[in-house]
Amino acid sequence: MAQRLDYLKESPSQTAGPYVHIGTNPNWVEITGVWKDDLGLVIVGPDTKGERVILEGQVTDGAGSPVRDALVEIWQADAQGFHNSPAETRGQADPAFAGWARQPLSETDGTFRFETIRPGRVPYPDGRLQAPHVTVWIVARGINLGLHTRLYFGDEVEANAADPLLNRIPEPARRATLIAPRTERDGLPVFRFDIRLQGENETVFLDM
Amino acid sequence: MSGSYFQRDRDWHPPALTPGYKTSILRSPRNAPLSLPTTLSEETGPVFGHDLIGALDNDLIRNFSRDGGEAIGQRIVVYGRVLDENARPVPGALVEFWQANAGGRYRHKKESYLAAIDPNFGGCGRAVTDAEGRYSFRTVKPGAYPWPNGVNDWRPAHIHFSVFGHAFAQRLITQMYFEGDPMIWQCPIVKTIPDRAAIEQLVAALDRNATIPMDSLAYKFDIVLRGRRSTMFENRMEGN
Repeated sequence: MAQRLDYLKESPSQTAGPYVHIGTNPNWVEITGVWKDDLGLVIVGPDTKGERVILEGQVTDGAGSPVRDALVEIWQADAQGFHNSPAETRGQADPAFAGWARQPLSETDGTFRFETIRPGRVPYPDGRLQAPHVTVWIVARGINLGLHTRLYFGDEVEANAADPLLNRIPEPARRATLIAPRTERDGLPVFRFDIRLQGENETVFLDM
Repeated sequence: MSGSYFQRDRDWHPPALTPGYKTSILRSPRNAPLSLPTTLSEETGPVFGHDLIGALDNDLIRNFSRDGGEAIGQRIVVYGRVLDENARPVPGALVEFWQANAGGRYRHKKESYLAAIDPNFGGCGRAVTDAEGRYSFRTVKPGAYPWPNGVNDWRPAHIHFSVFGHAFAQRLITQMYFEGDPMIWQCPIVKTIPDRAAIEQLVAALDRNATIPMDSLAYKFDIVLRGRRSTMFENRMEGN
């Protein structure tokens, strides 16, 4: 036997279950008066710097049915590419931008909608700039370990084409599942990001 | 300090497709996940200050009190530390928890189990870990709960945990079980975890030393988040 490595093991994940919102969004499930506001519903304030954008989409399962009981969280850099995190060492992030949000999906059609800003570019470990992106994390009943993915912006054609992560996806046709096409509504850019858990056009999920 | 996070051991965590837990069949990706070292986007994460936490946020016996009364059930204290795989404490970690009441009934509009709602029990709480990574809360022990998977499947008594470490790469949701519960070993959700030692990591131990005499029993539940690589040689940008 070799010497022991004294690492602990990560606590194994378990599904968030169908009632995850009791813990994460109690007011949304009518458990009121415990705390005032559910965390993470608002990500942009009047003083936040940057271009306002809407991110929206639907989560569907392997049968194409909407997943209505999921919880989606996003994490992203500010307009300058800095994160509002003590682990950010490159510069000071916009104090008016938390960078994190979460919300339950619509109970009728399984959609989410975040009003946020377009993030700046963040370097890859080797120094190359990544295309603007938003980290997306999904948990739900039936999902044993939270799923990480990324939303890229459909109008960032040049940056997306050179993005180190997108270029690591072995099947080029699947890169499109991470790139949200742009439309406009009420003068705001809307990026449509449908998350397909399984099957045709299955979203690329990340082990990172 | 820089460096990427340790790769997740996907043989320790439950795989995505676990047919004994039926809902996983249609909600598990069929393609392999794309494995990459973490980047700044995952090595950073939101941090929530202690000022977020109200006085009763970690007291589930009283934080939903409607008539000045307290929740009904076996009073327990749940406490522990949030550590990383390097065995270092994770201070300032937001820990959220939720559970059914003593009869196994969740306060949720989609829930129709015939066990009664407790008018003084909401079922949610939260805490931020102190400088040594410690958290604690007071609650009632949740009851077992039947669910439509197999025809006679029951969840063991459990408390759900959601944890934010210092990095989005550490984000974790899991469940805590109670020492000695025979239903742990029959549960299709527990059995999504292949390794018995990994399951035991989710079983909180009864701690008589932390019990409050004539008041509450105590269970200890430590949570381990992913560790970070250290940089042993400065000229190696990627760390060791």
